[in-house]
Amino acid sequence: MAAPFDLKNDGVVVIIGSGAGGGTLGNELAQKGVDVVILEAGARHEYEDFINDEWDSFAQLAWTDKRTTSGDWRVAKDFPNLPAWIVKSVGGSTTHWAGASLRLQEHEFKTLSTYGKLEGATLLDWPITLAEMEPYYAKAEAKMGVTGTNDWPRLPGNNNFKVLKAGADKLGYKECHTGNMAINSVDRDDRNSCQQTGFCFQGCKWRAKWSTLYAEIPKGEATGHLEVRPNAMAIKINHDASGKVTGVVYADKDGKLQEQKARIVAVAGNSIESPRLLLNSASSKFPDGLANSSGQVGKNYMRHTTGSVYAIFDKPVHMYRGTTMAGIIRDEARHDPSRGFVGGYEFETLSLGLPFMAAFLDPGGWGRSFTTALDHYDHMAGLWIVGEDMPRAENRITLHADMKDEHGMPIADVHFDDHANDTAMRNHAYKQGSALYAAVGATRTFPTPPYPSTHNLGTNRMSEKAADGVVNKHGQSHDIKNLFVSDGSQFTTGGAENPTLTIVSLAIRQAEYIAGQMSAKSI
Amino acid sequence: MVTIYERKLGFEGKPGLSRRELLKRGGASALLVISGSAVISPEHAWGLETSALKPETMATLIQMARDIYPHDQVPDKYYAIAVKAHDEQAGKDPAHKDLIEKGIADLDVKSGKDGYTGLGWEEQRVAVLKQIEGTPFFQAVRGGLVVGLYNQKEVWPIFGYEGESYSKGGYIARGFDDIEWL
Repeated sequence: MAAPFDLKNDGVVVIIGSGAGGGTLGNELAQKGVDVVILEAGARHEYEDFINDEWDSFAQLAWTDKRTTSGDWRVAKDFPNLPAWIVKSVGGSTTHWAGASLRLQEHEFKTLSTYGKLEGATLLDWPITLAEMEPYYAKAEAKMGVTGTNDWPRLPGNNNFKVLKAGADKLGYKECHTGNMAINSVDRDDRNSCQQTGFCFQGCKWRAKWSTLYAEIPKGEATGHLEVRPNAMAIKINHDASGKVTGVVYADKDGKLQEQKARIVAVAGNSIESPRLLLNSASSKFPDGLANSSGQVGKNYMRHTTGSVYAIFDKPVHMYRGTTMAGIIRDEARHDPSRGFVGGYEFETLSLGLPFMAAFLDPGGWGRSFTTALDHYDHMAGLWIVGEDMPRAENRITLHADMKDEHGMPIADVHFDDHANDTAMRNHAYKQGSALYAAVGATRTFPTPPYPSTHNLGTNRMSEKAADGVVNKHGQSHDIKNLFVSDGSQFTTGGAENPTLTIVSLAIRQAEYIAGQMSAKSI
Repeated sequence: MVTIYERKLGFEGKPGLSRRELLKRGGASALLVISGSAVISPEHAWGLETSALKPETMATLIQMARDIYPHDQVPDKYYAIAVKAHDEQAGKDPAHKDLIEKGIADLDVKSGKDGYTGLGWEEQRVAVLKQIEGTPFFQAVRGGLVVGLYNQKEVWPIFGYEGESYSKGGYIARGFDDIEWL
């Protein structure tokens, strides 16, 4: 079982975060015989502890440590201290994610070349191509049990999907199905198949949805090479005189500071916490923070161009029954500037329970316009818009000048302004989504504003040249060779697809690279 | 202490529910009665005792809650439960008590000689609420309702939301794909 490693053991790889990036990397390395300590800020809640209740589950899993926001995005007004809806718990946001597992498209790895320079955007080509990623995507899909791959059937469509599909047919969309979901459509990997319970966002009590919590971490622990240390909040990464990182200072469950020594450190705390940690690790040698000679740490924060469309019909739908996001239309995901914007977007089914619908349908809204929408909750269908947003240098994570958390670490400020391309794309999607539901007989539609961000990306981006980004094509920092980034903050650009499959694929690829470099004694 | 208690219809002898009842017509809504330290709905057999806020304040708060999030099919009782946290908080925090009492007093002044609940039409009351929607008082009441009202499991069936489903085996055999009208 899980091997507890000594704090002074400087032969271990220390991974910060146990989600899609960190949890996968940890297991992959452990399978190769590499000793790993994962520091996880949250507690360990096993799948049987998950709660089919939106607010109770939010209290159990969500990262609610205070953050501040600025910029013109509506989240800054509606949820000024909750810019992101992500998780602080073992398994990270893979406990909360919906399971949509899509590969990025070829052109999305080459946005600067494909879209050209866009004013106010810091577009850049990834240092890797789809062709290089394909074998890793295939491994990730096999590991995660992605429906529609490896001969696994797609999930059956629920009521919400059937409405979406009927609308897609009326509009002439061609690519509409129940998605590529990392949710078992058949029993596999010693886990159940989907029981159409709903509450995918609240943690899957059947373990049908892939999560590092039960699909990766226990396998790693079984090798004796992986220890997951919960309630361990990383504060600072230390380095030696040569500039190599040597250990991670963290606050333990009692708030006491400890240092875990390390041969290699991999940061996987999601796109707000990862740059926060690198920036907070500034020293006399690295006054702007670790891995930040480019000045790019924390910049180019992306959150996908999102929004929802809900619609009311004269007959019942019960959209909340069944798999939340098993339904997709891919026709608008193409790059087609004739629509008035570059990049594309996906439509995916989405539903919220009544409590969250009240909180998110029109935050701050009140009166009959608002309540008559909820009055027809069981007659509602819904979809989510997820599209490529433009990276911008001004959209960034910074350390708050005054406010500190309980450990004395400056809290993160999240600044975001929509690019004109984001706004044009969202408006196009609102129009198409409303037309789709109108075509099936909707009596009223609601273009619903973005929720706190679930897809946080880009704040330690990959680049060919050290001047343009933070890490290279392996997620290895340009400045410090034994310091890696293993989460979605590596993304050079965001693509239109839900990011988890790409994060997992990059982690599998990174594990190969790290193990190889360790054997070669180059790190 | 604030207690929401249900009274059996026809039962008259409960302490605190004397016949010395001051009737107040809650605008267009159901009849709410102030009695001692309680707000009572005689017709619907529930009452709410206040400890920090004046019961008249609580009655107005219940009407205000309904005007902010009007659901005609949701009985007053659930609005009363949704706002009772303000009485609890007022008991612990004088500043909050001040916020609510002064907010309601201001609402009454803005509403004319019969006060807020004296305005017969929802539109009239909403017009007053529009004047104060930017105030911390209004936002405290509205913000509290988002969870206080909609997170009551008892109201979910009124909206057709079924809540927890794992213990029932999910919806795989209970209508996840039962839509028939498409």
